Amino acid sequence: MILEALAFYVFSGILVIASLLVISARNPVHSVLYLILAFFNAAGLFVLLGAEFLAMILVIVYVGAVAVLFMFVVMMLDIGPTELQQGFLHYLPTGGLIGIILLIELLIILGGWHFSPELAKTVGAPIPPLTKETNTHAIGAVLYTRYIYLFQSAGIILLISMVGAIVLTHRRRQDVRTQKISSQVNRHPRKTVELQNVEIDKGI
Amino acid sequence: MAEIWTNYGWPLTWIILKIFMIIVPLMISVAYLTLFERKVIGAMHLRKGPNVVGPFGLLQPIADGLKLFFKETVIPTGSNTIVFVLAPIVTFVLALLAWSVIPVGAGLVLADINVGILFLFAISSLGVYGVLMAGWASNSRYAFLGALRSAAQMVSYEVSMGFVIVTVLMCVGSLNLSDIVEAQRTVWFVFPLLPMAIIFFVSTLAETNRHPFDLPEAEAELVAGYNVEYSSMTFALFFLGEYANMILMSAMTVILFLGGWLPPFNLSIFNLIPGPIWFAAKISLCLFVFVWVRATLPRYRYDQLMRLGWKVFLPISIGAVAVIGGVLVASNILPLNNTG
Repeated sequence: MILEALAFYVFSGILVIASLLVISARNPVHSVLYLILAFFNAAGLFVLLGAEFLAMILVIVYVGAVAVLFMFVVMMLDIGPTELQQGFLHYLPTGGLIGIILLIELLIILGGWHFSPELAKTVGAPIPPLTKETNTHAIGAVLYTRYIYLFQSAGIILLISMVGAIVLTHRRRQDVRTQKISSQVNRHPRKTVELQNVEIDKGI
Repeated sequence: MAEIWTNYGWPLTWIILKIFMIIVPLMISVAYLTLFERKVIGAMHLRKGPNVVGPFGLLQPIADGLKLFFKETVIPTGSNTIVFVLAPIVTFVLALLAWSVIPVGAGLVLADINVGILFLFAISSLGVYGVLMAGWASNSRYAFLGALRSAAQMVSYEVSMGFVIVTVLMCVGSLNLSDIVEAQRTVWFVFPLLPMAIIFFVSTLAETNRHPFDLPEAEAELVAGYNVEYSSMTFALFFLGEYANMILMSAMTVILFLGGWLPPFNLSIFNLIPGPIWFAAKISLCLFVFVWVRATLPRYRYDQLMRLGWKVFLPISIGAVAVIGGVLVASNILPLNNTG
């Protein structure tokens, strides 16, 4: 129990500090590294909750793929600390206003948040207790049955956005010579190599 | 006081002891893998390989290690010092971390977690950070180019690796590594899933930046890629991490396709040999293929590498997920969840 509490405070503490450092670090690459640290600690919190499948998916998807691309882009852009601070005052009023509005909205929602007493009765238990089944099985059992339409529509949205991104950025250039591997492999040796008897001192 | 010892002290000591029992053999294997590689390539080139330090050159890895240990660590002035030092540590630690879930024999595993294969996949996908951080922090063009190539390559091959793992998982019905091995008691997955095994092995070559996919450190164009600015122990950590990763990827191949610690046939004479020895022998076989490939094949061109990853392996592995899933459902042999 003590160990769990200790682990919780360590993970949450590092998570909060790392998240603050993401937005306050001067170097954007450092920001991405702090973001990765934050993801890791969030995964640690998931493990403490007994949701080890979500923890691993968080690390694989966010740290293993998304953050790599962030880092890739940030490294390539080579933004120095000075460029980031330009226009800070210019954007401050708009950004601050949006932030304040969101904060007020959150406060209104969370302030009036309460569970109705009948709720506990109406909630069916779609997921069996973790002692009976691993949470991978539990997630699979509801995701592909009860929530199949939501799952499929999420997939379709991702597919459409992917196709859209490719259509918008892909351009076919006419002036490059691409390798056509199939035609190379299909080429007959007789058409390309010719054996000739060359007379000495004559050449072809 | 005694209660604290039995509740926390003794389990902690026991875990640390177990960790040492994993890391010490691993480090020795990494050291001798370098010698193995040089000897095997030497034999394939009709050379002798290292044969001066100690009998048959057996002390060569120790001599190499000592040399690197006593050299000066040079940190370039233009580099980002913290990230520069962190990068080799990240590479090395990740290579060791994954071994915590690898079962070397029946029940012989440090952490028998339910999502073992996902843990391995997560750790192996993090390997790219050591390379990226090293390339960026070095503040050198060659290192940076090497890091960019490596990042693109590792991200590309991870995708098809993931789908190959999914095909195996569909045949097992569990993410636990021990369950995956036990499911291969009748037949190793390399036989029914041979194309997947080949794709997986080639992807591990790309994932560990080995020949013929070693573009990140293509010495002819990029000097040595991302680790060009590293010297002494920082370089040694990269080197150790890379070789530990090779062993790790071989272990993954063995667990997923070659039946882990199980002997090839269920004969009593084979069952006499303990599981860890079978496991080590199979890993050695995979490592031999790693070295064999290095001695045989020329390096891929970068666009060919990307083509192979995205246009060949990815469609085949996605198609295999659909086909194998369909076959399992149609013939009604899908392993259903009978643990609950």
